[in-house]
Amino acid sequence: MSEVSYGEVIDYTKAPPLVEGNPTLSKIDESIAKPMEKFPSRKYFMALSVTLTMLLIGAVALGYTFYYGIGMWGNNIPVGWAFDITNFVFWIGIGHAGTLISAVLFLFRQRWRTGIARFAEAMTIFAVMCAGLFPLIHLGRPWYAAFVFPLPTQHGVWINWNSPLIWDVFAVSTYFTVSLMFWYIGLIPDLATMRDRTTNKFKKMIYSVLSMGWRFSNKHWQHYEKVYVILAGLATPLVLSVHSIVSFDFAVSILPGWHTTIFPPYFVAGAIFSGFGMVMTALIIVRKVFNLEYIITADHLDKMAKVTLVVSMMVAYAYVLEPFIAWYSGDPVDWFLVLMRATGHYAFGFWVMVSCNVFIPQLLWFRKIRRNIGVLFVISLLINVGMWLERYIIIVTSLYRDFLPSSWHIYVPTLTDFGILIGSFGLFFTLVLLFARTLPVISMSEVKGVTEGAHPSHHLGAEHE
Amino acid sequence: MRIPHIILVPNMSKLEKTQSGRKLLYGLTAIFDSPEKLVHAAETVVKEGYKDYDAYSPYPIHGLDTAMKLKRSMIGVVTLVVGLTGGTLLVLFTWWTNSIDYPLFIGGKPLFSWPSYVPLTFEMTVLFGAVSTVTALLVVWLGLPRNSHPLQDTEFMKKVSDDKFGLAIEAKDANFDERQTKYLLEKLGAVEVDPVYYEARELTLKETVLDPKFIGAIVVVAVAVSGATYFGFNKMLLMRPWSSLNEQAKVLPETKSEFYPDGFAMRPPVKGTVARGEMPYRYASNIPGAEKYMKNPILPTKRVMLVGQRDFNIYCSPCHGYFAEGDSRLQGQFPVPPSLHIDSLVTAPDGLYYEVITNGFQGVMPSYARQIPRDERWAIIWYIRALQKAQNPGEVAEAK
Repeated sequence: MSEVSYGEVIDYTKAPPLVEGNPTLSKIDESIAKPMEKFPSRKYFMALSVTLTMLLIGAVALGYTFYYGIGMWGNNIPVGWAFDITNFVFWIGIGHAGTLISAVLFLFRQRWRTGIARFAEAMTIFAVMCAGLFPLIHLGRPWYAAFVFPLPTQHGVWINWNSPLIWDVFAVSTYFTVSLMFWYIGLIPDLATMRDRTTNKFKKMIYSVLSMGWRFSNKHWQHYEKVYVILAGLATPLVLSVHSIVSFDFAVSILPGWHTTIFPPYFVAGAIFSGFGMVMTALIIVRKVFNLEYIITADHLDKMAKVTLVVSMMVAYAYVLEPFIAWYSGDPVDWFLVLMRATGHYAFGFWVMVSCNVFIPQLLWFRKIRRNIGVLFVISLLINVGMWLERYIIIVTSLYRDFLPSSWHIYVPTLTDFGILIGSFGLFFTLVLLFARTLPVISMSEVKGVTEGAHPSHHLGAEHE
Repeated sequence: MRIPHIILVPNMSKLEKTQSGRKLLYGLTAIFDSPEKLVHAAETVVKEGYKDYDAYSPYPIHGLDTAMKLKRSMIGVVTLVVGLTGGTLLVLFTWWTNSIDYPLFIGGKPLFSWPSYVPLTFEMTVLFGAVSTVTALLVVWLGLPRNSHPLQDTEFMKKVSDDKFGLAIEAKDANFDERQTKYLLEKLGAVEVDPVYYEARELTLKETVLDPKFIGAIVVVAVAVSGATYFGFNKMLLMRPWSSLNEQAKVLPETKSEFYPDGFAMRPPVKGTVARGEMPYRYASNIPGAEKYMKNPILPTKRVMLVGQRDFNIYCSPCHGYFAEGDSRLQGQFPVPPSLHIDSLVTAPDGLYYEVITNGFQGVMPSYARQIPRDERWAIIWYIRALQKAQNPGEVAEAK
């Protein structure tokens, strides 16, 4: 079973093993802990220097923004939202795939998730951190951000609970908190394993504090597993609600192109789509760099590609439905916007978006392509590009042709805009790299639980009697 | 599986649980090399009547809960109760803030428009539910954080956290007997059986908390956090670039301007400009006898009297006193005005009062034209008249 190579005829009736090569339990520990225990390779430092440079570019761009104000960006009325909100929606969407893999697939008892769940959850947290940055810097004076919370002030004014922007604040901060706890709860047993493995006194102290004295006791595991199910159950509707609320930011306004009831499901599907693209991109790199091919197998990537294909078609459905509704409603302004998207100033971006999100993923129908890591990597990158453009197109094209032709305005991003975008990627990948160096990127305890012979069969139990 | 009692050495005394020295026996730990053996061992240990024991495994093993006859975990109750509380609190809070404390009228919708609160109610239910469940799990159910457990940092724990399966029976169990229990565990296929000892002081936090290093660290952290917070909010935010968006190229009233030839940033109004709601005072510069031509144009309704009283108490009473008796609260700092109840003032026409409030009096009383609008000046005069009548009831009787 474990000798399967991809050229051979495969017995589809049998599920492939979740962990290839049937390693011993301590070998799993060893290979997962390896990136944390040995001094990182030159490749790692090269990658880190690239991401830190990107982060630095972002920091400089942010410095410019804070020093000179929001005027450093290309935004101007009527295009009041541009790169910042595009990036916000993009990053939040990336995060959603992590929750989907860790929580939704957990509830559906998809045990192949074990190899990738931890990494996907970490990506959720880092992506939400990147996302949270953008509304904050869009304030121009981020130190006044506390006003979005219902704090009693000397003004005696309370926030307007009817505003989707307020819902957004609560949804995203709840999402971040719950994701962080979900991730941390999953990390505790592995941190305890690291505590017992490490010989470095300082590391031992850190791991001891973080693992809180976890003892692998079965009386603890029992409650622990229950809580894991509960958190997964809470996170599943939460992830749907978060992106629905993000879509309300647009759908509740009355702009053509935003004011559509399809937005919540459309945004959720888009989020999962872009998130799976990003998880694939990052996982393909990580499994290569840290030699984890036997835990993150081609089967995992195959399954993720299938999910991506399904969600791609949901997104395609929304793309078809939008012009249909615009035509069917008979609203000339709506129809004008559809034409403007397809043929206007941003038409190139629109068609790149459609190609990346709808046409190219159709290649995933073919098993050969799903299992070709190189091609999959390129497709996942293109999905990232396409989904970023989707948010850009939704936001900018709806704004740049206002109801009044006198206020029409072409938005052109500035260098600062691009700097902040690059910086957010730098932040994300720097955090990913630091995470891979300091914490187990794959859940040791979960992977141990899905190896062959991990659980007693009834047959063996009977033999002892 | 019962152990034949005949093989056993006679029961050991419980006193032997304390070894020589200060170390106490925590219990016996056994290592197994397969999950099957652990499940089987757990089953047997339960059958033998042990209660203070636990199974240890690097991952949760299916069937172990049943083997140990553990009751269903009830932690979900916390999620349900606290989650629903969170949702309810949010509804109450939104209702109170947007309908009671600071009513927000939006597009003619009802103050409590509940559909807008649905998304947030959901979010708060999830937030409260998740945070409480995790806190309850760690703190209440598992008793963590606790790094002082006797099993912490033992060889047993190192094996269990890696790839072995363990069972520990505590010495406090009623059935515990070091030899008999050891025999049982070995019989069940344990690869190793070892006693674990601990020191009594490990069970208390006293030493750790009173450690000067710990206290020192707390003090350093407290000073650093409060210092950074003070600096951040009181100093840093007032420096560039944080303040740069507050420093805007605009002119404030009473500032200097290089632009206008007269050097004032403020522009004087065009001659003859009348401010909204204001009528220019005809006798702008103390024309003698002007008071004779003015009559109080408003009627002494209750509202007028109350406005007059309010304004009198604010503007006039500091010098004239609350009853216009000239009993200044600022005595010694400003000249004391005469009582308004002297004959010449009681009989003076309303116009005189109006003239004095508007233009001031002989350089002693300043003009109040800027502070008190026209109609309120007349209201004050009504109030002064009322005071005069109240203070001189005889006169009223005479008048009647």
